[in-house]
Parts: sequence; structure tokens; C-alpha cells
Amino acid sequence: MNISNKEYDVMVKKATPNSKLFTDCVKAFIVGGIICVIGQIIMEGYLALDIKKDDASALTSATLVLVGALLTAFGVYDKIANLGKAGTLVPITGFANSIVSPAMEYKTEGLVPGVGSKMFIIAGPVLVYGITASVIYAVIYKLLTGM
Amino acid sequence: MKFVYVFLVGGLLCAIAQILIDKTKLSPARIMVGYVVVGVLLTAVGLYEPLVKFAHAGATVPIMGFGYTLAKGAAKAVGEKGWLGVLGGGVSGAGTGIAAAVVFGFLCAVFSKPKAK
Repeated sequence: MNISNKEYDVMVKKATPNSKLFTDCVKAFIVGGIICVIGQIIMEGYLALDIKKDDASALTSATLVLVGALLTAFGVYDKIANLGKAGTLVPITGFANSIVSPAMEYKTEGLVPGVGSKMFIIAGPVLVYGITASVIYAVIYKLLTGM
Repeated sequence: MKFVYVFLVGGLLCAIAQILIDKTKLSPARIMVGYVVVGVLLTAVGLYEPLVKFAHAGATVPIMGFGYTLAKGAAKAVGEKGWLGVLGGGVSGAGTGIAAAVVFGFLCAVFSKPKAK
């Protein structure tokens, strides 16, 4: 087949969106699933140490956050994210990544304006909306369960 | 079987986020915010707890699980302390995770090599 580069580009554009979406989803599914399985393994480890379920769950989150933060600091998380797409964004390790990554990027601007504030570029909104939603829920829950 | 459910549900929540990113051009920050709020909402209407019982870390490791922890803490504190639990309940429940994210995130950023912009 004899096609020019331009024609080829058009063909690629036509063919990619759906197949790209599909492969992206498969990657996100597998990488995200694996991170959750690792979380479950950590959780089982804490439970085996006779730690109560709620505490074990909180410790598991803290452990995954630490791992996500360390992998980001060593530049490994970005590489996994290239492969895993949303599979590395949605797990709590992605939350850690969203804190460390901008903080590293703006580190040269100093510890307070650089690291201290830029670490909340994404985590800030997550906390604002998450905590606000939980307080609204608490008020409604209190009103519904009686004064 | 437990680990299969963990994998499937965790993977599915990530795949849904991928579809949202590719199809709606929502930024990752908006996806994360949306997931946490949806986690609070689903917990409030009683749907997330069964998912956690079924999929364990598959439901708690995704950021939606952070919303679940916030909402669960809120309901628990209201149950124990009434109106006094309304403001602090959610944050108390998710306190370990929040502190871990802030402290580990800060330390890792400080002790890392600065990234080229």
C-alpha cells in the first residue's frame, strides 16, 4: 500500500481513540488491581499481628502512602504511572504521589512557599471536599437519627 | 477468592477513572476529588460498607476508600458524642491516613533530589 505520511496520520487518528481507551483501561485495571492486592497483603500482615481491624486498615493506608511517597521521591512512581495510568492515580499511593511530586518540583522555591504549599496543589482540594462532605453527612446523620 | 475480589473491584474503580480521563478530559485532580466525595456519598447511603465487606482492600485502597473512612468516622462520632462529634468525626476517623500523607509526603519531598521542571 502506498500512503503518504498525512494519510497515515489520519488513519492513525481514526484507529487510535477506541483502542487507546481500551488498552489504557486494561492497564489501569491491572496495575490498580495489583496495588489493591498489595494493600490486602499488607493488611493481612497487620491483622496477623493481632492489630484491630480499623487500626490495621489505617496502618495499611499509612504504609501505602509511605511507599507511594518513597517511590515518587526516587522517581519510580512516575515510571509506573506511565504504564498504569489511572491505575496509579486512584489508589491511595497516587494521593501520596500527588503530594510529593509538586513538592519536589517547586522545592527550589523554598521550604514554605515551595514544598509546604505546593504539596497541597491536589491534596488540598481532596481534603477540602472530602472533609466538607463528611461534615455535611454528619449533620444530616445527626438530624435523621434524632436530636 | 478474597484476593480475586480485591483485584477485580480495585481494578474496576481504576478502569472507570481511566474512562473518565480519556472521555471527559477531567483532570486527575478533579477525578480524585470526585472519587473522595462519591466515597462519602456511597457510604452515607449505605452502599460502600457492603462493597468493603466484599472487596476489602479493593474498596479501601482506592481514594474512594478515603471518603468511606471519613464518612464512617463522622457517623461513629455522631453516634458516640452527638453534635460534638459532627465537626471532628470524619477527620478523626481518617486521621492516620491524613497525617501519614502530610508527614511522609513532606519528608520524602524534602529529602529527595529536586525534580527538573
